[in-house]
Amino acid sequence: MSHDHDHQAPPSDIALRVKALESLLVDKGLVDPAALDAIIEHFEHRVGPRNGARVVARAWIDPDYRRRLLADATEAIAELGYGGGGQGEHMVAVENAPGVHNLVVCTLCSCYPWPVLGLPPVWYKSPPYRSRAVIDPRGVLAEFGNELAPEVEIRVWDSTAEVRYLVIPERPPGTEALDEPALAALVTRNGMIGTALL
Amino acid sequence: MNGVHDMGGVHGLGPVAPETDEPLFHGPWEPRVLAMVIASPTRGNIDAGRHQRELIPGADYLRMSYYEKWFEALEAMLLQGGFVTPEELASARANPETPRATPRLKAPDVAPAFTRRGSYLREAPASAAFAVGDPVRALNLHPAGHTRLPRYVRGRVGVIERVHGAHVYPDTHAQTGADDPRWLYTVRFASRELWGPDAAERDSVSLDLWEPYLERAE
Repeated sequence: MSHDHDHQAPPSDIALRVKALESLLVDKGLVDPAALDAIIEHFEHRVGPRNGARVVARAWIDPDYRRRLLADATEAIAELGYGGGGQGEHMVAVENAPGVHNLVVCTLCSCYPWPVLGLPPVWYKSPPYRSRAVIDPRGVLAEFGNELAPEVEIRVWDSTAEVRYLVIPERPPGTEALDEPALAALVTRNGMIGTALL
Repeated sequence: MNGVHDMGGVHGLGPVAPETDEPLFHGPWEPRVLAMVIASPTRGNIDAGRHQRELIPGADYLRMSYYEKWFEALEAMLLQGGFVTPEELASARANPETPRATPRLKAPDVAPAFTRRGSYLREAPASAAFAVGDPVRALNLHPAGHTRLPRYVRGRVGVIERVHGAHVYPDTHAQTGADDPRWLYTVRFASRELWGPDAAERDSVSLDLWEPYLERAE
């Protein structure tokens, strides 16, 4: 770490600086350390792609649910108990279909649907993905191992407002006999961002 | 602002490189930064937080890790808001002469805060200027402050795809804290309109854009 800072005598190590700031904020009564623990617990255990996978699996087996999800994803996701405050206030679900593939990005920062996917992976927040997903989606998809036929239409969604996008992947063939939990187990995080095909 | 954060379409930033193990956090300090940002007294204004990260000098912005940027912006906002002084930051000790604060978020409030339904939808100040199917041009604006109108769509023509109602307007909200609700639309741009003839004919990029970013196109 070698950047300059406009305040005095910064500890050089980010871990030390973070610890110092937390001590100060606790000392001043500005944060409750137990609240910090509870927030971390939320991200480690309450949210993550398993939530989104349940939404997708339900949409695959229940046509009425799929209709509700496409019409008002915020409400449909809340039906399954997910949503609320923090990056899931206004959800939109976009569905892949034969000949149509959706890909989600946030070119300006790191917007991501926390309630259904949890915290984003590092690559999602990084300059290579943010810069290229909009201008070269086929190249990005190829780096993830997906070769899309030239005639497939790619729809990229740049999350520039407080609307968050969830991709509903196509249901894999040969899964007719599977129940909802078994289907949910097939749904990957990257499938719901659009960087993987199922 | 025309910062390096506005990187849609930039070349030369390297290949996408997923980690093999993808840990949720990389060191115990990262979740503490995330949690401090969420619990901070400065958290009320998500747009001001975004703008503070955009103000990190460009070379640093590209070099720093994600949570380093969050940490830099958090410190800057705590200083600007008068919640801490430079002397306190340097010593990591509270000035004993200042009164003790009350945390904005206490532990029992955390779970309800994550389940309570939030919304950026506000009462509309006027009727919507555009409807689904209308062709619109993104204006050629270069505000020095916060905006959510990326450079790569400025001057380009798209079609209104969805009308979201009037939402908190980030350009004003980041600056003054006022909601200043404006109509928000999903606008679909053909990739060829944005990137020229090398783009695939049927591909598109959709963005959520506020009415002040748009004018009617023919």
